[in-house]
Amino acid sequence: MTLSLFDVGLAASLIFVNGAISIALGLRLGRSLLLASVRTILQLLLIGVVLDSVFSLNKWYAVVGLLVVMTVIAGISAVGRMERRYRGAYIDSVIAISCSSWIVAAYAIFVIMRDVQPWYEPQYAIPLTGMILGNSLNGISLGMNRLSEQLSTNRSQLEAMMTLGATRWEAARDSVRQAVHTGITPIINAMMVVGIVSMPGMMTGQLLAGAPPLQAVLYQIVIMFLIAAATILGTVAVVLLSYRRLFNADHQFLDVLFTKRSL
Amino acid sequence: MVLFEARRLGRKEPNGVNWLLQDIDLEIDGGDRIAVVGPTGSGKTLLLRALARLDPVSSGEILWRDQTVFGDDVPRFRRQAIYLHQSPTLIDGTIDENLRLPFSFRAHCDEFSPKLMSTLLEQLDRTDSFLKRPVRNLSGGEAQIVALLRAIQLQPTLLFLDEPTAALDDDSTRRIEQLVAIWFDERPDQRAWVWVSHDKQQVSRVASKIVEMNAGRLSIATEQQRRGSP
Repeated sequence: MTLSLFDVGLAASLIFVNGAISIALGLRLGRSLLLASVRTILQLLLIGVVLDSVFSLNKWYAVVGLLVVMTVIAGISAVGRMERRYRGAYIDSVIAISCSSWIVAAYAIFVIMRDVQPWYEPQYAIPLTGMILGNSLNGISLGMNRLSEQLSTNRSQLEAMMTLGATRWEAARDSVRQAVHTGITPIINAMMVVGIVSMPGMMTGQLLAGAPPLQAVLYQIVIMFLIAAATILGTVAVVLLSYRRLFNADHQFLDVLFTKRSL
Repeated sequence: MVLFEARRLGRKEPNGVNWLLQDIDLEIDGGDRIAVVGPTGSGKTLLLRALARLDPVSSGEILWRDQTVFGDDVPRFRRQAIYLHQSPTLIDGTIDENLRLPFSFRAHCDEFSPKLMSTLLEQLDRTDSFLKRPVRNLSGGEAQIVALLRAIQLQPTLLFLDEPTAALDDDSTRRIEQLVAIWFDERPDQRAWVWVSHDKQQVSRVASKIVEMNAGRLSIATEQQRRGSP
């Protein structure tokens, strides 16, 4: 069935019930719940309008342009959740997410989905890249957050090692390793329980749209691998980029690059 | 023999306006025992950190045996010119693990020598069982002794000592000075130290030459007599 605005209103009424409970119990969730609901409506309507025009335009530059915008926003929001930011974090994040997501998306579009013509067919290119970006963003965000935490809390240890002749890599290796682990753990966990505990959104969507279950499952498997590859690639890339930025070629730890959190 | 030379070293604040260190010229020869004095906040720690190539500088250069020190020379240089923090940082584990730590770095081709360590411990009236102790139970003085042992077992040529005894009692202070002297006296004409201290008596004990920091600038205060054999 197709949904009408009336159906959306029915769904929204659930939120109103929750809002009423919050007010009755004095939970003070009302404001953020309202804001989140309004943002959900506005953002999704906006992307709906944008997608609509990109789909009907059906030109490669419109598709690529939209993907570039999505990539940059993903790169910026990965830094948004960082506790200890450093100067240059935005650049590192955008570079890492662009490289990892675009390499994997290109492989998906040109190799796996090679039968789709033309290659920029918005119906495939946009949701595929979007899912890759969204997951890669998580890994990158967790990885760089962990690295900067790790390095700034262990600063004196790092330095003690370097005073005794350790290279920057020898001093930072453990922190780098932990940061990469932190970044990729969620996607590994997700792959462990997919289909048992969680029904992935894309598969659910395809089932709702009436696709045969086996096809939906194959799609989901492909997507899981794409997401995992992009997340691991992006996490490793961002952690190494951060490491290169926070240590210079003279094996000095550049603590001065850290800025106070601006929130 | 000129071991180490700093030429017109300068460091600016991150905002790029004020100088934290300015026009630092310092020459260190084998046998030099230099004390750095000066008021709090005058940049003594920053000076030592810059000399040990731990912090980036804005201008000037550092020469080690007439070679500028940059890039991958830096770890090898730091292995010969070791900086010791005021508050020692040890890794979690036993004393033994801490003493072995540096030998896992590429800059060291030699191995941990239990024999050398036993000799050093003997002079501190301690036995090898000291090495089995976990570092988290150590007092401040003992921790500093471990940090110093960890450094001097590497047979460095130069030590940058950043107020190593400022937080310690008299007994620990005496042991630290004793250990540094043991290291120095092995090759008294080739080794050298730069020692930051607030304690006038300590300065007179440890220095053949006194330099003074003031608002980020260095001046030579006095030249004392060369140290004889103890």
